[in-house]
Order: sequence, then C-alpha cells, then structure tokens
Amino acid sequence: MKTLTAQLLTLHLQPAPYLVLAAFLFAVGLYGFIRRRTLVGMLIAGELLFAAASLNFMAVNHFFAPDPATGQIMVLFIMGLAAAEIAIALSIVIAVYRNYGSIKSRELTDLQR
Amino acid sequence: MSPATLTPIAEVVPFAFSEYIIPALFLVFAATTVAGAIIAVGAQRIIRSVCGLALCCLGLAGLYYFLNSPFLALMELLIYVGAVCVTIVFAVMLAEPDEPAPTARHNWLAIASTGIVATALFWSLARLGVCGDWPTLAVNQSSGSVETIGVQLLTTYSMAFEVISLVLFVAILGAIAIARTGRHHHSP
Repeated sequence: MKTLTAQLLTLHLQPAPYLVLAAFLFAVGLYGFIRRRTLVGMLIAGELLFAAASLNFMAVNHFFAPDPATGQIMVLFIMGLAAAEIAIALSIVIAVYRNYGSIKSRELTDLQR
Repeated sequence: MSPATLTPIAEVVPFAFSEYIIPALFLVFAATTVAGAIIAVGAQRIIRSVCGLALCCLGLAGLYYFLNSPFLALMELLIYVGAVCVTIVFAVMLAEPDEPAPTARHNWLAIASTGIVATALFWSLARLGVCGDWPTLAVNQSSGSVETIGVQLLTTYSMAFEVISLVLFVAILGAIAIARTGRHHHSP
C-alpha cells in the first residue's frame, strides 16, 4: 500500500503515464478516423493523431534524450505542419461542399452507386 | 531581488496534503486529455466534437507543462485552441457537417471491429511504453529554456525553420486558391 501511494505521488515523474496517454490518444484518433462519416470529423480525429505523436515525442525527449530543446523544436514543427494541414484540408472541405452540397464521406461520389 | 532572498519552493513550510497537489494536478490534466479525446471522437454533433478537441488540447498543454516545457504549453494553447479549433468552427459554420444517422446494417460489426483494432493498437503501444527496454534516464546537457530553443532555431535548425515557414506560406496560398476556385463552379 505504501509503495502504491508513493508510486501514485511520483506518477508525473515517470515516463510510463505519458507514453500510455499518447498510445491512448493514438488509438482513439485512429478509431475516430475510421468511424467518422464526415470530412470534418475525420479531420478532428487526425488532429488527435498529431497530438499523440507530439506527446510521445515530448515524453521520450524529456526522459531519455540528452538535449531537452530538440524535442520541443520538433514538436513545434509538428504543430506548424498540423496547422498547414488544417488550413489546406478545410479549404478542400469548403470547396467540396460547394460542389457536392455535402461533406458526408459516403456521398462524395460521381459514379452511380 | 538578490538570490539570497529567493526561497526555493520546496523549503516553504508544508501544510496538510501539500504533497498531493502536484500529483492531483497531473491526474486532472491527464483526465482532461482523455475525456476531451473521447468527446472529440464520440460526439454526434460536430460542434461538440470541436469542443472536445479544445478540451483535449487544454489537458495536453498541462501535460507539456509537467514535461518541463511551458513554451510548448503556451504554443499548444495558441495554435490548437486558438487557431485550429476556431478554424474548424468556421468550417462548421460554412458547411453542414453533422454526422448522418447511422445505417442499420453492419453497424455493430463495424464498430466492434474498429474497436478491436484500436484496442489492440493501444494495448501494444502502452505495453511497449511501460515494459519496453528504454535506456537509462538521461542527464540534461542544456536547460531546455526558451532562450536555448531560440538559439537552436536560428543556428542548428535554421534550415528546417525556413522550410516550415515556406510550407506555411504555400499552405495559406493554396487554401485561398482552393477555396476560391470552388466558388465559381456553382454560382448561378
């Protein structure tokens, strides 16, 4: 009991909780990416995937890498790429909505079903 | 203030339960992240999904703070909550993105198979994180402060920095171009 309490009190000083959280975010993001039926929903799930990658990067860098600045810079780059991706993807969503009148991924088809 | 008058926080007289505050904060941030992610994926209305994403990013910012990087915590709030979520809200206002009603057939089968894949992925990744053969804890060579980040961005990573700025520039131009060309196709 004593050791369990001590472990709980030092939870934020261990790498495992961060890695498990990142794995959870990745799994949830993948689930949403497959299950969502609209483009915006898929985009949000994709953001969760990016967040999982950033958290994993940051945790590994903080606990196992000698230089703590490297991981922060890489995560900053990941955020920049995610922002660029969001801008492009949302403009595509808007263009698709203008052309098809819908952004449900099942209805975006030109051929007969 | 001279350094002699600065007291380290650890030496301030503790009160009851004072050692529980920081772990409790960590648990709160972790729970916020998990709850936000679940809302972002599970909500039927897309606007609630966006709010879940914002909540998730709020928790992530706290986790970055625990990982000794207040700079990234600030950036997470600025970029994700401030820019990405607001942009998605704009797209929600321009399009009609609510989830369609689920089709009856194969629905449970699809949910179950997706859930199995996601659970297996989570289990294997988490097991790798907990039981993996990680190297011993590192000794930090630099402080990881904002000053160090700035110096490294302008020396070691200056090329990547410039390329990222180019990517963002092209992304903005491309977003404008794509969103504009769509407009003329349908206008009467």
